[in-house]
Amino acid sequence: MKSAVIVFPGSNCDRDVAVALARVTGSAPTMVWHGDRAIPKVDLIVLPGGFSYGDYLRSGAMAAHSPVMTEVASRAKQGVPVLGICNGFQILTEAGLLPGALIRNAGLHFICRDVHLKVENTGSMFTRGYKTGQVVRIPIAHADGNYRADPMTLDRLEGEGLVAFRYCSAEGTVGEAHSPNGSARNIAGIFNEKRTVLGLMPHPERMIEPMLGGSDGRPFFEGIAEALAA
Amino acid sequence: MTAANTKAAGQPQNMEALAREFGLSADEHKLTQSILGRTPNVTELGVFSVMWSEHCSYKSSKKWLRKLPTTAPWVVCGPGENAGVIDIGDGMVAIFKMESHNHPSFIEPYQGAATGVGGILRDVFTMGARPIANLNSLRFGDPKHPKTRHLIAGVVGGIGGYGNCVGVPTVGGECTFHPRYNGNILVNAMTVGLARKDRVFYARAAGVGNPVVYVGSKTGRDGIHGATMASAVFGDEVEAKRPTVQVGDPFTEKLLIEACLELMATDAIVSIQDMGAAGLTSSSFEMAGKGGLGIELDLDKVPQREPGMSAYEIMLSESQERMLMVLKQGREAEAERIFRKWELDFAVIGRLTDTGRLVLRQHGQVAADMPVAPLSEQMPEYARPWVPSAPRSSVDANSVPIPDDIAGVLKKLISCPDVASKRWIWDQYDHMVMADTLQRPGGDAAVVRIHGSDRALAITTDCTPRYCDADPKVGGAQAVAEAWRNITAVGAKPLAITDCMNCGNPERPEIMGQFAGCIEGMAGACKALDFPVVSGNVSLYNDTGSTGVQPTPSIGGVGILDNLRVMQTIALKGAGHALVRIGHTRGHLGASLYLREIAGREDGAPPPVDLQEERRNGDFVRTFIQTGKSLACHDVSDGGLLVAVAEMAMAGGIGAKLEIPTAALPPHAFLFGEDQARYVLEVAESDLATLLTHAENEGVIARRIGTTGGASLTGIGGWAISVSELKAANEAWLPAYMSGSA
Repeated sequence: MKSAVIVFPGSNCDRDVAVALARVTGSAPTMVWHGDRAIPKVDLIVLPGGFSYGDYLRSGAMAAHSPVMTEVASRAKQGVPVLGICNGFQILTEAGLLPGALIRNAGLHFICRDVHLKVENTGSMFTRGYKTGQVVRIPIAHADGNYRADPMTLDRLEGEGLVAFRYCSAEGTVGEAHSPNGSARNIAGIFNEKRTVLGLMPHPERMIEPMLGGSDGRPFFEGIAEALAA
Repeated sequence: MTAANTKAAGQPQNMEALAREFGLSADEHKLTQSILGRTPNVTELGVFSVMWSEHCSYKSSKKWLRKLPTTAPWVVCGPGENAGVIDIGDGMVAIFKMESHNHPSFIEPYQGAATGVGGILRDVFTMGARPIANLNSLRFGDPKHPKTRHLIAGVVGGIGGYGNCVGVPTVGGECTFHPRYNGNILVNAMTVGLARKDRVFYARAAGVGNPVVYVGSKTGRDGIHGATMASAVFGDEVEAKRPTVQVGDPFTEKLLIEACLELMATDAIVSIQDMGAAGLTSSSFEMAGKGGLGIELDLDKVPQREPGMSAYEIMLSESQERMLMVLKQGREAEAERIFRKWELDFAVIGRLTDTGRLVLRQHGQVAADMPVAPLSEQMPEYARPWVPSAPRSSVDANSVPIPDDIAGVLKKLISCPDVASKRWIWDQYDHMVMADTLQRPGGDAAVVRIHGSDRALAITTDCTPRYCDADPKVGGAQAVAEAWRNITAVGAKPLAITDCMNCGNPERPEIMGQFAGCIEGMAGACKALDFPVVSGNVSLYNDTGSTGVQPTPSIGGVGILDNLRVMQTIALKGAGHALVRIGHTRGHLGASLYLREIAGREDGAPPPVDLQEERRNGDFVRTFIQTGKSLACHDVSDGGLLVAVAEMAMAGGIGAKLEIPTAALPPHAFLFGEDQARYVLEVAESDLATLLTHAENEGVIARRIGTTGGASLTGIGGWAISVSELKAANEAWLPAYMSGSA
């Protein structure tokens, strides 16, 4: 499989996701500078975590207007899978490739810790490595991860199976008490209509081996590799 | 705006008064005149005053710092450069330093702490290293003090705000409280970076005619005279000093890291120096001075944030995220392309000369012309009068009431501000970015993998200020020993330290005595443990009125873990295992946490530090860990043996039954005494005999103290407390306090 990781000024999880892709899928991604208008022909485009443009103005707001984003949008439209992790998710919402917005965490603080997620839909290349309803432990690290959208959009996301992950307890209970950031309906990650674009706040690339505290992020990348190999 | 700033453009009437306002003594002012052969102008006077400030010159401390051991076969570069460099094998070096940002953090906690992180990061990547870990050491005042909550919120926010954005994990630290920090908090930040051994960059300029290049952010009117501010006691006008605090821009720092490392991969750079305290002044003097050269700068070429800045303001600005470098001639365009790509300012602002003078031009006129070497060679150095701290008598455990509720005492200790979990703090720091954090905050030492390898660095920050206050020499030795022990406890080999010496006003003989005592203790421990000092920083004048901080020599230790498979954590791993105490328990309660928190006393001598015993026990523990037979390991420190076991139980979610002998010692002395050189190990029953035999052969005291298992900690006499109750108490205090409900 061929993949590309877009590097924005201020991206800081670009290397982490590149390492995870290389280690788990066996194929290292091409790093693409945000100022480039062209992206090589790839099977997957990744917008990594970090603080593009220092989160100034609004998280993801400036990066959404980077030169490369025109090409990202057009590839996404063609059906090329696009994955946005953390800041990448924020950029995808700012760019209109995913609905809703990510606002300041309910507790107003940056939060870095492992959280539990319920896998809501496995009908995508990103989630096929998991079982529906499976509870996984993956870290979050963000200040603006509080997912918001109007009730109609939320209903549509839920109705059409476009919620990928929800925050939950270790036992899998979904509820306000288990949302670390106040996200509407505990949403941690969502798909576009065709489930070819995924944005999620948690960082699966930080959980790919027991030494890092767990391997629950590994099936995420294994699923991608399987889907693209098929 | 101070008088100096308004007058800076013109020549004020009274230079003598201005010299005093800049912090120069009458003698120092005379010396500036004899060096120049005339009266310095405002810009030159400003340059002298920051170069000779305590913060930049170490004029009160230098005499003592020379006593610290700074060499070992693995030390590549000791103190004197931007950071220390040690060889960690495989062609790699670790580059690290700790620095204080105490005064600014008290005045403006968010920006003060943020720029402290930014400054120490620059010290490390200036030398060619990619930063891989940040740590910190924080001392706040009494939690009951009205300012404390605000200061914690601001400092933690600032450290997180900067480090998170830059993308360097903040992996560890410590945070304690004492009323002596009410008027002067301590914010010490440490950065560790990795570089190839053949790719280390230094500040020494070379090559007459080579271009001097400015990169990074533009220069503005912020932080002017910050170094002078950090070299004076706080009075009533603290709030008015806010304009001397710089403002950080971590986004630019991130770009600067990437741009510098990209350029460093070429061979275009001759020397490089960050603009930290005293900005352009100290960086240009530093580079020219180390190279024995002169430097000419055209200040009109310095990228400026606002028009109309005077030479004085440009030279003394402490605007952040700026670097000065000397390039090889002809490599300017290549370098500029890299910095433009990263959207950073790049300007050739001068050349190296062979005149040995710093010449500044602005608007076609010479704004300053001063010799470089005499500024450092004739830099004032003071042998300040000092008196040794009065020794304290030891505390007889029998004079301290024996508690009737051991479980209650334990619960109180693990929830007191100094021991309570600092999760509220580290949850706000991204401690996992870079995906090499093998041991997160909360253990004995952070463990960060050397990217792409199966080796790791173990890193810790340590100091027990109440010991230093009770006996500076013992406290200084203990701080070094504890750092060494924490690195040992994760299974790593301790290599070297950086230090941050935080004391009060050095013009007071008793404070100078504390400083001297701490240094003496540290020097002894560094020698005995082969743990040299490779970098550091001194922060004096941490006083408000006549109250100074507890002497606080923060130690940042670094060690190497060659075999990741044996890495230890403090968490108990399973039921039915033996708990073994390594080291002698003498029941020392003087200056202990028990004495302060339970008995309400802060007197007594601190626990003695026997460096031979420390070394023997630590080497034994490390060797045992290397066999792969140790399941968990924790050093014994604040709160003594029972607190150590409780921390292991809480981390693992497993209880233990303690079989502590009721021998000669009273129970509180045995359980809560803070004797040094001790560890607790968890081992399988089948490995216990081997461990005890080996210990006996090595002359190390090892005693079984209990068995793991169950959901509670229980002890002789029938006391018991559930691990979940302990954990709840341990976790509750800080969040409750910060929300205003504790």
